Amino acid sequence: MNLQRLRQIQPYLWTLPLQPGEKRGEVLLYGSAPLLESMDDKVLEQIAHVAALPGLEGAAMTMPDAHWGYGFPIGGVAAFDAERGGVISAGGVGFDISCGIRSLRSNMRLQDVTPKLATLADRLFQTIPAGVGEEGALKLDPKQLDQVLLGGAHWAVQQGYGNEADLDYIEERGCVAGAIPANVSELAKKRQRGEMGTLGSGNHYLEVQVVDRIFDEAAAQAYGLQEGQIVISIHCGSRGLGHQIGTDYLVMLAKAASRCGIHLPDRELACAPINSPEGQQYLGAMHAAINCALANRQILTHLTRETFREIFPASKLQTLFDVSHNTCKQEHHVIDGQSRLLYVHRKGATRAFGPEHAMLPKRYRAVGQPVIIGGSMGTGSYVLAGNSGNSAFASASHGAGRALSRRQASARWQGKQLIGELAQQGILIRTRSMRGVAEEAPGAYKDVDSVAEATEQAGLARRVAFLRPKVCVKG
Amino acid sequence: MEPRYFEHDADIGIIGQGTTIEHAFEAAAQAVFAIVTDLDALQPATLVDFTFEEDDVELALVTWLNLLLGKARELGMVFCRFHLQRQNNQWHGVALGEKWRSDLEHGTEVKGATLTMLSVKQIGMSWEARCVVDV
Repeated sequence: MNLQRLRQIQPYLWTLPLQPGEKRGEVLLYGSAPLLESMDDKVLEQIAHVAALPGLEGAAMTMPDAHWGYGFPIGGVAAFDAERGGVISAGGVGFDISCGIRSLRSNMRLQDVTPKLATLADRLFQTIPAGVGEEGALKLDPKQLDQVLLGGAHWAVQQGYGNEADLDYIEERGCVAGAIPANVSELAKKRQRGEMGTLGSGNHYLEVQVVDRIFDEAAAQAYGLQEGQIVISIHCGSRGLGHQIGTDYLVMLAKAASRCGIHLPDRELACAPINSPEGQQYLGAMHAAINCALANRQILTHLTRETFREIFPASKLQTLFDVSHNTCKQEHHVIDGQSRLLYVHRKGATRAFGPEHAMLPKRYRAVGQPVIIGGSMGTGSYVLAGNSGNSAFASASHGAGRALSRRQASARWQGKQLIGELAQQGILIRTRSMRGVAEEAPGAYKDVDSVAEATEQAGLARRVAFLRPKVCVKG
Repeated sequence: MEPRYFEHDADIGIIGQGTTIEHAFEAAAQAVFAIVTDLDALQPATLVDFTFEEDDVELALVTWLNLLLGKARELGMVFCRFHLQRQNNQWHGVALGEKWRSDLEHGTEVKGATLTMLSVKQIGMSWEARCVVDV
């Protein structure tokens, strides 16, 4: 990205000045100069398009891990007010609705698992359905699936997948209101039939990690984290159901935008006024997909616990937090001293509520919401804590962000060789897709340390712990 | 013909080229399913047909690809051969493939075809269809 096109407001905050005749809202970009320089110019183009959508509240923003996406940039945040003509955009949520990360803290330390690490990796790989074409053991009929779409993680707990305590540490306590299963197509439901409790492919993973470094002792204590402790992170979303909802509504919302006279510089921004019939219909379906994703991660949590108990009978895995990064959420934010209901799109961005937020579980209320930045399988991930005064509608980075495209990565690396190199570093990879490993090569991602540091320096969230991978089951 | 792609940071840009719009769409479908697995290892054993209505040729490309992806997942199949016919805004397609087998090459799941960088245009004597697919 050419920084000469930007104006620096603060050390880690930039804006894109309006050109003569240009009509759009404000654009803000969070990050360091090197991170922004490494971004494709398409990021600027895409976020400027978002800023031109009707009813935008405040600025359209990118997080420090932003990269070129479809419609919205990945790492894009934009809030809309329904009462001021604001829109909801299928392209602002994406196909993998409510893709997110569930992290579990364990009562185990690295030395406890090291002797059986290979066995653990093998058993997790056998237990967790991962990759193209892999289905779960759970097959749901349409009526049961409707219960999932209404109940989210609550449904899963009621079926014996996990426990009530998990629910306290999931966004919206594991179930978002407003889901309308009738707005979800039959095809979407059919696609999900064998996909509950599956990881998927691409950048999805299950990792066994060790807490390598603590940055903030108070927050780490609240989160129950200490150096040397084993943590498990599960990255996946709403699977085929979410993909099909994205598909079903993309063209419908593109046509609705045209009917409503909304100019779309990129048709992928497909949107409709929130208060329009199409907007309401999509919201009902999208909320159903969020509940599907929350139930999916709850089932995977249960499968992970079972596998751990089989190898380490005394193991206990508690939910640290479950946070989605592809959503549009209805949230109250204070604008000019007034609390307003906004529809906050986060496409590849994590919600990051600061301390004392009413929606946080009591245990975390003093320190803020856990924010999880998932890095590559060779580098590591971060747990951060939400800050007070976050100026990005309580949002933060969600990952390292890609530095190379998938095709560039697969041309440069070979899966088998990478797996060998990572094993030399003590990281065990289990996968069915050598091509997938090459596409997800650690070198294809930006430096996660720089992203986490920039996230902290920009005031979006503060670093709590660095997690180093030990086992990665790749989707 | 080898599947063709263009660069995209997060996902994959697919290109279909042919002497007609329909042939370009068939080649685009080949490019999509070649992301999922090695198409040469598949048998065109089972036929599935599709019909849809769409005036806008660009939206028709996305609809075609998403119908194929949705049906493939619903049936647990992978497609390797494609035929498409068009009469005005009526499209009739056929896809051939087989049930997913665990011994097939595991590539990457394609979540859906997007409207980003979507274009269907005539270049000289041939047609080119392209868009970004989410993986």
